[in-house]
Amino acid sequence: MPPKTLYQKIWDSHVVWEEPGQPALIYIDRHLIHEGTSPQAFAGLRAEGRKVRRPDLTFAVMDHSVPTTDRTLPILDNDARLQFEALGKNCREFGVRLFDMNSRNQGIVHIIGPELGITQPGQTIVCGDSHTSTHGAFGTLAFGIGTSEVEHVLATQCLVQSRSKTLHLLVHGKRPKGLTAKDIILAIIGKIGIGGGTGHVAEYGGEAIRALSMDGRMTVCNMSIEGGARAGMVAPDETTFAYLEGRPFVPRGKAFQGAVEHWKQLRTDDGAKFDMTVELQVEKIAPQVTWGTNPGMVTSVTARVPDPHDFHDPNDQKATESALKYMGLKPGTPIVDIPVDRVFIGSCTNSRLDDLRAAANLVAGKHVAKNIKQALIVPGSRGIKSQAEKEGLDKIFTAAGFEWRDAGCSMCIGMNADVLPPHERSASTSNRNFEGRQGKDSRTHLVSPVMAAAAAIAGHFVDVREFDVAHVE
Amino acid sequence: MQSFTTHTGMVAPLDRVNVDTDQMVPKQFLKALTREGFGRILFYDWRYLPGERPNPEFALNFPRYKGASVLLARANFGCGSSREHAPWGVKDYGFRVIIAPSYADIFYNNCFKNGILPATLSEEQVEELFQRTEKEEGYSLTVNLPNQTIADKHGLMFKFEIAPSRKEVLLKGLDDIGTTMQHAAAIDTYEKAHTGTATMYEPVDVKYYS
Repeated sequence: MPPKTLYQKIWDSHVVWEEPGQPALIYIDRHLIHEGTSPQAFAGLRAEGRKVRRPDLTFAVMDHSVPTTDRTLPILDNDARLQFEALGKNCREFGVRLFDMNSRNQGIVHIIGPELGITQPGQTIVCGDSHTSTHGAFGTLAFGIGTSEVEHVLATQCLVQSRSKTLHLLVHGKRPKGLTAKDIILAIIGKIGIGGGTGHVAEYGGEAIRALSMDGRMTVCNMSIEGGARAGMVAPDETTFAYLEGRPFVPRGKAFQGAVEHWKQLRTDDGAKFDMTVELQVEKIAPQVTWGTNPGMVTSVTARVPDPHDFHDPNDQKATESALKYMGLKPGTPIVDIPVDRVFIGSCTNSRLDDLRAAANLVAGKHVAKNIKQALIVPGSRGIKSQAEKEGLDKIFTAAGFEWRDAGCSMCIGMNADVLPPHERSASTSNRNFEGRQGKDSRTHLVSPVMAAAAAIAGHFVDVREFDVAHVE
Repeated sequence: MQSFTTHTGMVAPLDRVNVDTDQMVPKQFLKALTREGFGRILFYDWRYLPGERPNPEFALNFPRYKGASVLLARANFGCGSSREHAPWGVKDYGFRVIIAPSYADIFYNNCFKNGILPATLSEEQVEELFQRTEKEEGYSLTVNLPNQTIADKHGLMFKFEIAPSRKEVLLKGLDDIGTTMQHAAAIDTYEKAHTGTATMYEPVDVKYYS
């Protein structure tokens, strides 16, 4: 047999039907749904009198619009309330498990899948959300789909798909202190561009990826889509198996050992060919800060805001000019001179325990700067929140002047009350700095959790390696 | 789904690279329960000033592009979020065709679920169309899917590529779910061979489960 990539192995084991020259029908092992992109899909099922084929493989959660403050209070946003009610009704009617906003297991869909062990190596996972790529950290083929496809998966547990090209992203070397998974993926996106991975499924490898925790690998895979790759994956290894063991949906005892034996096969064979390979040396990456209006507009914290004339392509020049205007930035400004109004540590990119622990270590005994109007910590799930509280992280954050919130998507997308006001500037651990993403006319700078925490303390961006590297992992 | 064979219509230019789906339909409009009405809010933050006054600087608001049904765009159109609200908005606004040098994967895929043809031309061809659109008021194009051509009335004719299976979906206006259900037996067979139940080994706090 010719050597295969991990992607090809998972693909081949999920083909239900294939005809030459036609896209294949592939089986979906786990379907995750949330309130934002599912109501129209259920309405479609109802209109055609169709059922959910595999409610046992479908998991629903409320995350995008949930309040992160007191949930015993009524939901004031009427549209959001109607969406929550619709999801509740749809799940009841079609027999789908729902983690509603009062469940102790509630959280961001891409956080709770892995946390509860719903996500397991070798699976195909889809969700009506582009950050489904997160689950690829476990060696799954996981990608975002539109609402029509959500309906398709609900009805058939399958998807019509064409094979993607493969992209090998190798990160070599030993990660220096202060440099995080977030900086690695931002540097990758900066290198390949936000359309660089279009049409491809990415597999991350190399020593620096292998050395990452599962939390770190999820951060990397999460932002695959920001580089244009619909899915990103890391082959499972001992780190993966240790993370999964004992989680609620993961097999126990002998069954677990059997599963691990199977999961060990899930790696790219020696000699397998990728359509494209990109390599980076992790020692050369500095903490990253975005300066523009897409995640590819990123630079090192030690650098300056670029000049539109630095770019050759007239389209890039125009895009840079427009981005700087939107961001209210002057070319040549040192990144560390940019003041920050609000800090957001959260989102499916960076709201896991590793992230919160690292940020808490950094802010312990310090206080947010006077110019910071708000500093939010939004754990990715209630499970994470409760563990963090056991470790006393909440106390560290609140003593330092941060707000400790309940779990949800929050200010990453601003569909609830957590909105970045017009012309205000955030240091945000989320994944998108598009115009208006965190709020109309808001200005987002994407950074790692420790960079966000350091910016909160200093009131402007700082190089966390010089700021307090002793407390950074 | 509405089928697509040929379409003739006026072109409106959107001269920006990397237009993301957050710009097409901003998040405050994602709390809808239906697929309707997204045309009014398409490109909301670019299109409207406070109080929903049309922004006179945004191309789609120029009187000369009123009634356009072909959207001319730049590279990596539709990047970012998977929200299908974006193509719902494009369609509801009145566009049947998008022409761009490249598209983000999820958006591209979503177009075919909604009877929109996302045609791909080279950077140079797209640039040529931008110039012609700028020069001639009411510039319109005829897009022929069976022949895979885009033509104007002055003799310009570009050929575009599209996967045969994608073409068929649009030409026939196929209902994907109906087509897949014809393979129900194959799905049954697959499921029998791969027992994949999500067994819960430790209770978790779910609200609904029958």
